[in-house]
Amino acid sequence: MSDLHANSALFVRKEMLPPSDPPALESGAIKWLRENLFSGWLNSTLTVLGLAAIFFVLKLGLPWFLHGVWNANSLGECREIIAATWGEDAHGACWAVIRERWNQFMFGFYPRELYWRPVLALLLLMVALAPVLFSEKSNKLWIAGGVIAVLILWLSVSYGQWIPVGILVLLAAITGYLGSRGVHWPVNLLWFTGVYTGLAFWLLWGGTIWLPVVALLGFVVGWIAFRFASNAVGTIVGAGAGAIAAILWWYFAAGALSDTLTGLTGRTQPFWLRGVDSDEFGGFVLAFTIGIAGIAISLPMGIILALGRRSDMPLVKAICVGFIEFIRGVPLITLLFVASLLLNYFLPPGTNFDIILRVIIMVTLFSAAYIAEVIRGGLAALPRGQYEAADALGLDYWKAQRLIIMPQALKISIPGIVSSFIGLFKDTTLVVFVALLDPLKGITDAVRAAIEWKGVYWEPYIFVGAIFFIVCFSMSRYAMYLENKLKREHR
Amino acid sequence: MATAADTPRESFRLGMLIYDTRYRSITIQTIVVILAMAGVWWLYDNLMANLTALDKTPSFSFLWNRAGYDINQTLIPYTNDDTHLRAMLVGLVNTILVAVLGCVAATVVGVIVGVLRLSKNWLVARLMTVYVEGFRNVPVLLWILVIFAVLTEITPQPRDFKVTDEMIAAGEEPAASMILLDTVAITNRGTFVPAALYERSLGEIKIGFLPISLNTLAILAVIVGSILGYRAIKKHATAVQEATGIRPVTWWKSLLVLFGPIIVLLLALGFHLEIPTLGGFNFTGGILVSNALMALWLGLTLYTAAFIAEIVRAGIMAISKGQSEASFALGLRPGRTMSLIILPQALRVIIPPLISQYLNLTKNSSLAIAVSYMDLRGTLGGITLNQTGRELECMLILMLTYLALSLLISSGMNVYNNAVKLKER
Repeated sequence: MSDLHANSALFVRKEMLPPSDPPALESGAIKWLRENLFSGWLNSTLTVLGLAAIFFVLKLGLPWFLHGVWNANSLGECREIIAATWGEDAHGACWAVIRERWNQFMFGFYPRELYWRPVLALLLLMVALAPVLFSEKSNKLWIAGGVIAVLILWLSVSYGQWIPVGILVLLAAITGYLGSRGVHWPVNLLWFTGVYTGLAFWLLWGGTIWLPVVALLGFVVGWIAFRFASNAVGTIVGAGAGAIAAILWWYFAAGALSDTLTGLTGRTQPFWLRGVDSDEFGGFVLAFTIGIAGIAISLPMGIILALGRRSDMPLVKAICVGFIEFIRGVPLITLLFVASLLLNYFLPPGTNFDIILRVIIMVTLFSAAYIAEVIRGGLAALPRGQYEAADALGLDYWKAQRLIIMPQALKISIPGIVSSFIGLFKDTTLVVFVALLDPLKGITDAVRAAIEWKGVYWEPYIFVGAIFFIVCFSMSRYAMYLENKLKREHR
Repeated sequence: MATAADTPRESFRLGMLIYDTRYRSITIQTIVVILAMAGVWWLYDNLMANLTALDKTPSFSFLWNRAGYDINQTLIPYTNDDTHLRAMLVGLVNTILVAVLGCVAATVVGVIVGVLRLSKNWLVARLMTVYVEGFRNVPVLLWILVIFAVLTEITPQPRDFKVTDEMIAAGEEPAASMILLDTVAITNRGTFVPAALYERSLGEIKIGFLPISLNTLAILAVIVGSILGYRAIKKHATAVQEATGIRPVTWWKSLLVLFGPIIVLLLALGFHLEIPTLGGFNFTGGILVSNALMALWLGLTLYTAAFIAEIVRAGIMAISKGQSEASFALGLRPGRTMSLIILPQALRVIIPPLISQYLNLTKNSSLAIAVSYMDLRGTLGGITLNQTGRELECMLILMLTYLALSLLISSGMNVYNNAVKLKER
């Protein structure tokens, strides 16, 4: 047959033809445009509308943005410069207000010569967070550590203070010692995370160092009591004994000890920092102080509330449900008003404690109730078999929670927990309504109250909004990173 | 002959309170309750001591005193001669007003944005992502303040709307003009919108102290009746279709039932719109919506809509692809696939988080303080509290009212959730 065909056919191709190019409409950028932007009349309309929206925003915003003035001393001067450079009708941003009032936006009315203290607290925060956020060794962490060390050195030099360097040396020495004992980096910084709470308080508010030291010692005392008692009589009694020992320490020993030590050391540099009042706090120092303290305390509180709500004990459950539902049912503003107006009614007569501390307590309670609900969702999503397996292994309640239940439940609840954190950080702006200077309204109003910046609205809002956006957006990206890292199934 | 020894009778020992799981929970609960009660007693004791020191006794009688302050935006009649209680109710109604307006608008915007974010259109999907991320990651207070600043600083003054004879002669346009067919004027004093007027009004009835317009009641009744009638027509059509296989043509009946009665009623009442007109230096007629309300409403709407968009997107994505493929296999068009297959299933995922967004919006409406809108916190928790110095009582009422509102919304939405959720047997 093939012979016949070869003989009868006039022409037989011997080699393959190269594939021809796809039609112009079905390839390259045109295909992408057709598929993604103009696939139907509805899509085409939407694309045109979208382009029109972008065009109008750019037409209004871009010249304003580009005509911005960075160097001026008042809004009037800004306008003169813009009129001189771009013509009488031109509009332009006056970024000079950010430049000129940068310190106020960042630090509020914190004393200027003490700026190194909040900055140092922020840098050390990153060190303290490293062992919590990252558990694996990586070169990037070394680089970050190096950068932070250099910044601390710079802080020391530029403000003529040796305390930052002292802390850095102490930190490096202890970490190096632990490293030589085989505890790897950054986990060997975990001790610093605990110490940081007291250190940050001391750096921000100043005063004697012995108060935070003695307060932290309370936890050590409680832990020692717990170890001894639990070896002798068991975990539950041990936990009770630890709590009682810590409370006794704080109630009876702490104040006297702190006063004695302060009397001994006097107001000498390393033991005493100039005190800063809460009403001098403002701007992002205030927002970060409240936000970070709230985040740090509300997570453990939320876990305990969630466990209480799922508990088999009806009375414990009722207390937790009542607390969570009450907090979730009222706006944060009312709680802040309670903090500023009513809290003193509920404390022993004559007590008057710090407004920032009161606000932190309320923000923490508020956030803890929401986190408790998120974690309850995570606990409910765990298969029943996990609880039964923990029981079958003979683990007691706390061991089962710590080793089996919580690692999985928390992993499921990461997105919800982080969005609660983001919400908490955004809500720190509400403290302006109890007369604290938050960066969004408190500081911008203060800036506008000055005669030279009267009438400047958009620039401060854009600046503050951009910083909030960066912080919150990176938090949500970190949550996505964590979710991917912890994903154990479907790999 | 050996007999098996009896199992030793358990005698109760004190240690069993801690080590025996049967008794341990009772011990723990007793301790917790004692601690809680001690804490409450401590707070109560401090409170009483402080109140005695200040010579105050808790009393709610101030609610019946004359308020003496004005409220610029009220839905129920109020003068400064009325009581604090009535001022509080005005505030409560204002809170509910902004919450309802916000929830409705946020749902509409949120659903549209959520669906558009899943669109195959690259540009639109990106734009919606920018909107959602931008609004979610910035405090809502910022949006309220920015919108308020836009409304008070950039919008024209009422006199900019003025057209003089000279301008007509010179062929000039006024600096500003009304929008939506010359019915709505956005000015820096507020937004003027048309008011509904009736030539032959039915009057009003008073329930307690709340006057309720009979016109509104009649219109609501007719609308509800029309919807019920429309449903009956659809039900009948379905019954006919199931019996004979042919669906009767009903669209003209539906249109008639839906719109006929309401048009007849409005004509009978002599309904017309009172359009705001410029007189002198300000607009007269129509309804003035204050900038504070507009800023609060728009800010809360845009902020919450970003969250609702994410909820809607997650809900639609949670429906497996097999569902839409099965629907296409059955020959349903994309539109009907969405309305009959995807959305009913997605609703079950969407509603629970949607409830908490509605609650959040209602609670965030207390940010009215930033723009001096007189909501519940502005009247009861603001001026009343400052005038009377009754912090404890005012805050107590304030928190309980918000709590009641929250519970009301969540229970209402739970009823709806139970109605749409998958019926399992």
